[in-house]
Order: sequence, then structure tokens, then C-alpha cells
Amino acid sequence: MTDILEIKNLHASVNGIEILKGINLTIRSGEIHAIMGQNGSGKSTLCNVLMGHPKYEVTKGSVKLNDQEILELAPDQRAHLGLFLGFQHPLEVAGVTMGNFLRLSKNAILKSKNEASIAPLDFMKLLKGKIADLKMDEKFAGRYVNEGFSGGEKKRAEIIQMAILEPKFALLDEIDSGLDIDALKIVAKGINETFAKQKMGVLLITHYQRLLNYITPDFIHIMNGGKIIKSGDKSLALKLEETGYEQFIK
Amino acid sequence: MAVPANTQNVIKDTLADYKFGFRTETKSVYKSPKSAKGLTPEIVKSISDYKKEPAWMLEYRLKALEVFNKKPMPTWGGKLTDIDFNNIHYYIRPQDKIQTAWEAVPAEIKDTFDKLGIPEAERKFLAGTGAQFESEVVYHSLHKSLEEKGVIFESTDVALQKYPDLFREYFGKIIPATDNKFSALNSAVWSGGSFIYIPKGVHVELPLQAYFRINAENMGQFERTLIIADEDSSVHYVEGCTAPTYSTDSLHSAVVEIIVKKNARVQYTTIQNWSQNVYNLVTKRAFAYENAEMFWLDCNLGSKLTMKYPAVFLMGKGAKGEIQSLAFAGKNQHQDAGAKIIHAAPNTTSKIVSKSISKDGGRTTYRGLVKVNKGAKNIKCHVSCDALLLDEHSRSDTYPTMQIEENNVALAHEATVAKIGEEQLFYLQTRGLTAEEAASTIVNGFAKPIIKQLPMEYAIELNRLLELEMTGSVG
Repeated sequence: MTDILEIKNLHASVNGIEILKGINLTIRSGEIHAIMGQNGSGKSTLCNVLMGHPKYEVTKGSVKLNDQEILELAPDQRAHLGLFLGFQHPLEVAGVTMGNFLRLSKNAILKSKNEASIAPLDFMKLLKGKIADLKMDEKFAGRYVNEGFSGGEKKRAEIIQMAILEPKFALLDEIDSGLDIDALKIVAKGINETFAKQKMGVLLITHYQRLLNYITPDFIHIMNGGKIIKSGDKSLALKLEETGYEQFIK
Repeated sequence: MAVPANTQNVIKDTLADYKFGFRTETKSVYKSPKSAKGLTPEIVKSISDYKKEPAWMLEYRLKALEVFNKKPMPTWGGKLTDIDFNNIHYYIRPQDKIQTAWEAVPAEIKDTFDKLGIPEAERKFLAGTGAQFESEVVYHSLHKSLEEKGVIFESTDVALQKYPDLFREYFGKIIPATDNKFSALNSAVWSGGSFIYIPKGVHVELPLQAYFRINAENMGQFERTLIIADEDSSVHYVEGCTAPTYSTDSLHSAVVEIIVKKNARVQYTTIQNWSQNVYNLVTKRAFAYENAEMFWLDCNLGSKLTMKYPAVFLMGKGAKGEIQSLAFAGKNQHQDAGAKIIHAAPNTTSKIVSKSISKDGGRTTYRGLVKVNKGAKNIKCHVSCDALLLDEHSRSDTYPTMQIEENNVALAHEATVAKIGEEQLFYLQTRGLTAEEAASTIVNGFAKPIIKQLPMEYAIELNRLLELEMTGSVG
């Protein structure tokens, strides 16, 4: 079944200042969309609003997942429906191990689908596999959530979480920022492998064309001033790289 | 370790906020002091008479009563002005003798301890158990093997009768009646508590546990505990406490004295979960001699007001003192807790870790003293205090005091106050946890460094209690 995430005329504000000024975008499972844009164009806000961050107020528009309006739902309910947000700056939680946290999350999501929870040993096996895929240290499962992780480790940890939670739609907010080239390749490989297996819809948010050398998007959108001002295929990114954003901002 | 979401729901569905708030109908065997509220020399005399105590103890009690009456109420710490000393039962005797078989304990009292899981815990992982109901210990047991090694684990009243010399040698030496108003009160009306003696070279591998239950309304419980660990010995003592929920106040004021002799080790673990109408005003102090080690692990979840500052006096060279505490203050609760370390000998080391969580307007206070006496050279001390606030209305204060009279001292103090963050909650929610589960997970993680030091069975229980406190906490 093809899942559809449909964003229509989405407006959102923070502290009374409008950031998103009418976003229209439809993502289907099996599609990779990349949103590019300068700082302050509203890219990260879009991710946070889609996921239900309490700081943002939606003033107009709708977001539907398979025809269900999700804007009134809490972030966890959106996660239960199959949305995932890979954070630009993942948060630390002292005293809570990655293993326990992820098992708790996995089971919360399984429960929302009325599925049986995963046995601890099966979960550890699943987690170990993903840890190996992302070339993380085996001790990952026993480390506290993001505590003392390097920038690259945090991003890889986000991809492990995505792979385990198996969302219908993954929103990846600047998953490439702060990565050196080796780490970037590992993260991109992790995304590609998960995508190949799970065929979810992906929304990549990025500043740079660099990430798109390793992940091939089906669609590219250029965002400016809280709107998508141009959409196209992969070639748009190359054009952007050559000429810069100026050409698109009238 | 966080409790899975489905377990949380079960807890939420089946239990009210405080699951130990049930009451038990009992017939007290000793009525007259119960019916008379208030504190007079006659009450003190009648308690002592009833217990058939030696004359010196009655004298000690009456002197302590004078001290209590003379000493002003402390004006620091929590709000004590609402305590009505004339509206308290100072002594209630629930049965006429201590039993050593659960079957012999009156059914309604046994039922109470069954509900609290005490006989089950005893079977599973304890070396000895004491259970106090109101003023008296109603049940006591100790593994035979330990008895044969000369370990004494008795109700303090029994110990006074059975081991008068040993008792008199140590009783009231660490905490005299004159120490503070509430130690004076306890010294005047004390009843029950544990008396423990570990002979030289004996290591008690499994914990000894005492459980304290207040059942009656307007009750004062004044247990007295004395632990003596002789040279090269070790013991881990665990105490738990709960009470029914009443609209009027009860008072719990214990005195705990511990002597840790050369090369010995004592761990004293508390899981305090009084109902929210109990004033918990406790004096706890240990003397640690040469190369001895004293460890207080103090968890405070319940009570209306707790004022408790476990102390270690490092009396012999190389002694080590450690005080780790966890405090949780919800609505209308004030946990004024802390630690005292006195370095009275050279080469002594100490560590204080305090973690507190405040929620729904609850208040936590860390009050600590580190003192290094003249002549105590080469001292190491590390203090760290972390407070977690769950909302805008809650409060946390830190009052560290340092009195250093020596030069060669390595002393570190760290303190943090953090508010549970919107971003952190959002992050966990995006992974499918409800706001409540997310907050609970953060709190459990925060408390983990303390909880992980508890024996497993208690760690599970404490995690469960924290989960319970956290239900209904967000949104």
C-alpha cells in the first residue's frame, strides 16, 4: 500500500512571527524528497511543525497522513501513525540507555498498532544488527542516550533509531551537518539501506548538495521565505550548486 | 531501567497515587496511653513501667523530656509550627509480645505486612527481618547461621532486657538526648527499632531489613536503632516505612546510632515512603573508626515534611564516609534532606551525592555540612548536588556549609539545577512515548545513579514508586 503525506497551504508561527507561509507538498512512500534552502528559510520549522513541536503554532492549512488530519495530534501520536523526525541536534537523556530507550519506543509503536511487544532478546539482536550496519561501537546499546556522543555518533544514532522504528515517513533535518566525509558516507549508506528495505517516504532537509552525491532524491524543492519556490528533479541541485540560491530568489 | 509503558498503565489503572494508604482495624492491647494524647512525665513513666525497664532508662527518659521541653523548636529547615504535640499518641502497643513466626502475628497486622510484601521479601532475599507496627516490633527473625555466629538482631526493647551491658555501653553515646529537640523527644518516648551487633570478622552477606508501619491516626512513632559493627565485620541494613493517609498529622521521629569499628563496613539504606500527613524528623549519625566505611543510602519519597541529615563522623585514620540521597517532593511536600561529614582524623575521605526531584509545587532542599577538624590532614571530599524541577511551581534550594580548619584538603563541590526541558520531552515523544512516559523516563534516568546502588529488589520497587509519582504529571 502506498502511504501519502499531504501538506496543504501550511502556515505556522513562533512567538507570533510567521515562519511557514503556505507550504504545499505531497510525499508518497518510496519517494525521496530533498528540501534545500538558506538559513532561516523555514526548513527546520517545517520538520518540527510536521512532528508537532509545541513551540510552533499552526495558523492555517492541513497535514494529512493517508487522509487522516494529524495537526491536532501530539508528537507521540504522530510517531504512532508512522512519522519519524531525525533531529539536527539530538538531545541527551542522562541515565537512560540507548537500548532501553529504543526498546521502550519500539514497544510503544508496536502497541499503538495493537501488535505484541518485542521480546528483549529479539530486540537486542535487531539492535545489534543496526549498530553493525552503522559501524557504531557495540557498547552503543549500553550508553546513555546521546550523552558524550560525538556529532557523527549522534547522527548515526538517529539513523539507527529510524531503522528500528520503521516509520512510514522519515523527516531528516540536516542529518549531514557536522559530519566529515567518512561519517557522511556511513550515514548516507544507512539511509539508503533502510530506504531499500522499508520503502518509506523520505524528506531530507539540507543546506548542501554534498549529501545528494550519496542519496539520490526523486524530487528537489527549494525553500525560501517560508515557501517552496521551486521544485524539480535531481538536476535542480546541481544547478543550485553552480549558480547559488540568488537565481531562484527573485 | 524504565518501566515498560504497559506496566505503567496497569499501575495507573489499578492504583491511586499512594498505594500504601490503606488502614487496618486493630485492637490495641495497651489502651491507656493511647487514649491519653499529649506528653507528660506520667506518660513517659507508664511507657517505661509497661516495658519493665531498668531504673536508669526511666531516669534517662525523664531527663530527656526535660531537655525536650526546654529546647526551642528549630526555626530553620521546614515549617514545624503546625505540629501539635498535645494531639499525638506517644505509645500504642498492638500486641503483647514479639512473634518469631508470621502465623502468630495477629491476622489483621499480618495482613498489613502481607500487603506490603514483607514476608515474601524475607523468604526471597533477607538474612533477617523486623516489622514494627505502631510503637512495637511485632515480628522478628534472623537466619540461624547468623545467630550461631553471634550476630544480634533484635528489637531495641528486647536488647535492653537481654543484653543490658552491651546496650548501656553504646546507647545514646553517638546521639545524646541533648543533641537536638527531636533527639530529646525520641530519647523520652522511644519504643521499638532495631538493635544490631555484628561480632568481629563476621560478614552478613544478605541485608537485614526492618519495616516500620504507622497505622493509627495522630500517631507518633519513635523507634530507636543502634547498630554496632565490630572490627573487620560488615552488614547492610535496610529500612522501609509507610503509613495510611489521614487528614490529620502524624509524627515519626527516630534516632539511629551506628558504630563502625576498625576495618568494618556498614551500609544503611532507607526507602522512606510515608503518607503525606507524616512529619518525618529523624536524627541519624555514625562514627567510623580506623579504615572503617560507613555508607548511608537515603531515599525519601513520602512524608509531608522530612528533615533528615545523615551524618558520618570520621574518627579514625583512613576512614571513609559516603552519603548518597534521592529526594522526591510532590504537591504539599517538603524534603529538607542532606548530609553531614566530619573529618576528625587524617587520611579520611568522603563523598556526598544528592539528587532531588520537585514536582507540582513540591520543594526540595539540600542542606549539607562538611567539616575538617584541625589536625585532620590529607583529606579528600567530593560533594555533588543535582536538582531536577518538573515545572514552574516547584522549588529547590541548596545550602552547603564548609568548615575547613586544615590546609591539606582536596575538596570539590558541584551543584546543578535543571528544569525538565520541552525539547527533551519532545525528542522522546517523537519516538512514540507519551508526554507522561517521556517525563517518567527522564526522571528515572536522573535518579539512576542512586537507584542502581540499591539491591535489585529495592531498585525495582523504587523505580515503580517513581513511575507512580510521575503518573498524571504532564498535561
